[in-house]
Amino acid sequence: MSENVAAAELRREHEATDKTVFGFWVYLMTDCVLFASLFAVYAVLHGNTFGGPSGHDLFKLPYVLVETFALLTSSFTCGLAMLAAQRGARKEVLVWLGVTFLLGLTFLGLELNEFHHMVQDGDSWRRSGFLSSYFTLVGTHGLHITIGLIWMAIMGLYTLKRGLTNTVRKRLTLLSLFWHFLDVIWIFIFTIVYLYGSLSL
Amino acid sequence: MKSVVVEHDEQPLSYGKYVVGFVLSVGLTVGAYFIATHSGANKNVLAVVLGMFAIAQFIVQMALFLHVGEERGPRWKLGAAIMMLIVVLILVFASIWIMNNLNYRMTPQQQQQYLRSQDNL
Repeated sequence: MSENVAAAELRREHEATDKTVFGFWVYLMTDCVLFASLFAVYAVLHGNTFGGPSGHDLFKLPYVLVETFALLTSSFTCGLAMLAAQRGARKEVLVWLGVTFLLGLTFLGLELNEFHHMVQDGDSWRRSGFLSSYFTLVGTHGLHITIGLIWMAIMGLYTLKRGLTNTVRKRLTLLSLFWHFLDVIWIFIFTIVYLYGSLSL
Repeated sequence: MKSVVVEHDEQPLSYGKYVVGFVLSVGLTVGAYFIATHSGANKNVLAVVLGMFAIAQFIVQMALFLHVGEERGPRWKLGAAIMMLIVVLILVFASIWIMNNLNYRMTPQQQQQYLRSQDNL
């Protein structure tokens, strides 16, 4: 009898978690639409350089490749943190979250450094339609990364203080979805903005 | 206490999937990078090839990192993802099409260029 009650309780909890995860998934899908609009704007404006530099003049591919690897590896280590959370290994979760955080921070630092140099050389968002759309698209991704890093720091503290309770585990699941999703968006920024840009496509 | 088995949408995560996903993503990224920097092929061909590399990596990460298509029962997650793809494709391609068309109709220079290119045929 009590086993049935326990089973029903567990089932309810799982159902609630599934609903939350699906709700977050729907948010991510609508966020894709936001990025799609910004990609469309970039696609329309990328040739409008107004006599200024084009992507071919500005982008340094080896530098962007390092950025890409930092983010891709962080996506992988985020997955490792989730595997550890599933096993209930709190220390491992903290280690992998820490690694993910540092890699994410490296990515953000590299990106901001790139932006800083461009602005210093006079190639800011005010220079041309191409640069406005470039900074909006890549900057929006960077903003998402920043929010993800703050969230990750908070989840690290939660895991440290409360342990891997059901709530903490559920929130870690949402965080990992968000982080993987940002890497998926970056694939297209890497290809369409940087690779196509450096080829003057 | 006996363990209680409960039907659950999400299947347990597997280490192998993350490793395969990571290795494939690294391979596709490096491949695209080398094709872009070291190949002197026609630009239109390059655009298509690099686009295909991006789509392949998108599918790899959606399947292996975001676990799309792993759920049982009604596949709401997959359904939402397909709906997103449809909206995104319409949004992006229609925008580019409309803006190019507008560009063509609004600038006499391009119109003449186009007519000249047609004369050569």
